[in-house]
Amino acid sequence: MANEQTPFKRIASDFAANPIAVFGLTLLGLVVLTALLAPLISPQNPYDLAQLDVVEGRLPPGSASPAGGRFWLGTDDQGRDMLSAIFYGLRISLTVGVVSTLIALVIGLALGLAAAYFGGRSEALIMRIADIQLSFPAILIALILLAVLGQGTPKIIAALVTVQWAYYARTVRSAALVERRKEYVEAARCLALSPLRIVFRHLLPNCLPPLIVVATVQVAAAIALEATLSFLGLGLPITEPSLGLLIANGYQYLLSGKYWISFFPGIALLMTIVSINLVGDQLRDVLNPRLQK
Amino acid sequence: MLVYIIRRSLQAVLVLLVMSVIVFVGVYAIGNPIDILINPQADQTERELAIATLGLDKPLWTQYGKFLLGAVHGDLGRSFVHSTPALGLILERMPATLELAIAAMLIAIVLGIPLGLWAGLKPNSIAGRSIMAGSILGFSLPTFWVGLMLIMVFSVMLGWLPSNGRGPTTMLFRIPVSFLSLEGWRHLIMPATNLALFKLALLIRLTRAGTREALLQDYVKFARAKGLSNARVIGVHVLRNILIPVVTVIGLEFGSVIAFAIVTESVFAWPGMGKLLIDSINLLDRPIIVAYLLVIVCMFIVINLIVDVMYSALDPRVRLVDSTS
Repeated sequence: MANEQTPFKRIASDFAANPIAVFGLTLLGLVVLTALLAPLISPQNPYDLAQLDVVEGRLPPGSASPAGGRFWLGTDDQGRDMLSAIFYGLRISLTVGVVSTLIALVIGLALGLAAAYFGGRSEALIMRIADIQLSFPAILIALILLAVLGQGTPKIIAALVTVQWAYYARTVRSAALVERRKEYVEAARCLALSPLRIVFRHLLPNCLPPLIVVATVQVAAAIALEATLSFLGLGLPITEPSLGLLIANGYQYLLSGKYWISFFPGIALLMTIVSINLVGDQLRDVLNPRLQK
Repeated sequence: MLVYIIRRSLQAVLVLLVMSVIVFVGVYAIGNPIDILINPQADQTERELAIATLGLDKPLWTQYGKFLLGAVHGDLGRSFVHSTPALGLILERMPATLELAIAAMLIAIVLGIPLGLWAGLKPNSIAGRSIMAGSILGFSLPTFWVGLMLIMVFSVMLGWLPSNGRGPTTMLFRIPVSFLSLEGWRHLIMPATNLALFKLALLIRLTRAGTREALLQDYVKFARAKGLSNARVIGVHVLRNILIPVVTVIGLEFGSVIAFAIVTESVFAWPGMGKLLIDSINLLDRPIIVAYLLVIVCMFIVINLIVDVMYSALDPRVRLVDSTS
């Protein structure tokens, strides 16, 4: 038993077999670290108005800053260092993406498990709502909700959760439907364990692998959607400038050739989404039991 | 088949009704359009007069009842801002959106299927790998940002293409279109490419997967054993069999292209329904928001139905059965 691989070790070694995926994971690690450490590593606090001077507005990348350093990525219209603004924006984008995914995950998980375990009417109802919702593009549903709810951080999280829950509910239900017919569930039933215990201790852990894959890809989708909505002016408020808002802010200066205000936040967004997608792609292969040797 | 279509239509009406209630109540329950629409200097009597003219003093369910009655007669209310029928405004903008969406879809099809086929036939070649890497990038690039970068390169730096608007339109069967004039093309090509990118990536992946699968099938091996030319094996036997899922996806994705046109239209100031929606949300012009959503839900229901019917026509193995029956 001692030299037997734990599942975690097997997954880790399978994952490391693909250099592109490892690159994605490294990039993702850097992005997350940057977001976490933003206040420590940013050259200035981009939202401390005392540090901003409009005179330094719209400086091109590499301009000297009065503090003695350089604005490596230029400044925006208010003289804000773009590098610092991107670090802080990354924090906000990632937080909104991850929080909304986690909430949607819990809701979708609960509804999907309930549908699979209890079946009947409740299953038909939950799955029918999910089907109808999934037949409309996510952006349309999010737009409807934001038009209805108005703006603000909790509201955009609510919109992202509404858009996402159906994916999880579907994934969990289909996994759980397969698992509940297996013998270990039957055995647990024979032991007269309570339904809650069977669902959470026995069914749930076995439904997790496909869910992790969907959740990874969905975090990227949520971040992209939030950026799009913020760009359209329907997402986060101006006091919480995510990457999408930074890009929107640079839009008006683009035509006069001041590309950097929109360009660099977009690169940060792209790096985030690509790294998550690369990791998600490899996880799908690693966690797929049909591809296991 | 007929029963299926009737069943689906009934279901569609139900979805439409539920959507209309949610949207109407939601849209009318938030904010106060009076604050935006009426001159702040107006006195109380003027305010009340305006509220009464717009019908905003009635209880919500009366407003909805009136709206529903009108909707059945093709009247979705009047825009608060433009004072013209909301449905008319949307239909007026629809050709621009449809032209953009169709152009985008054509770009995605014309490039996506051959590229996907190539990547599927030679999966390990440099070209095949580059196509796949490009498609992953196409999935990850945020559409609105790519639009901005296109404007930066082609309008600002190179000065080749106009950055916004539709340009002069030509009338075709009394519908204004851009694609009949060179100037129109210059306006159309950039937004259409922008909108096409995501679908292009999707079609490449789909065609590649289908090709790789089809190449392993017995009928392809048999066709080769018969000594058919490579072009015939691929053009007739492989291509025909991968077209079924591809056609379905094209149909289904058309709706999503129209939805995503909201973003592209905002970036390129393209005068379509999507831009109208965003402007209306910002101005709290509720009748337009409600009318837009009902129109687009109708479009989706029709598109989904057409795809289902087409699917069964293309593939005789598929039988249309409603899951509840």
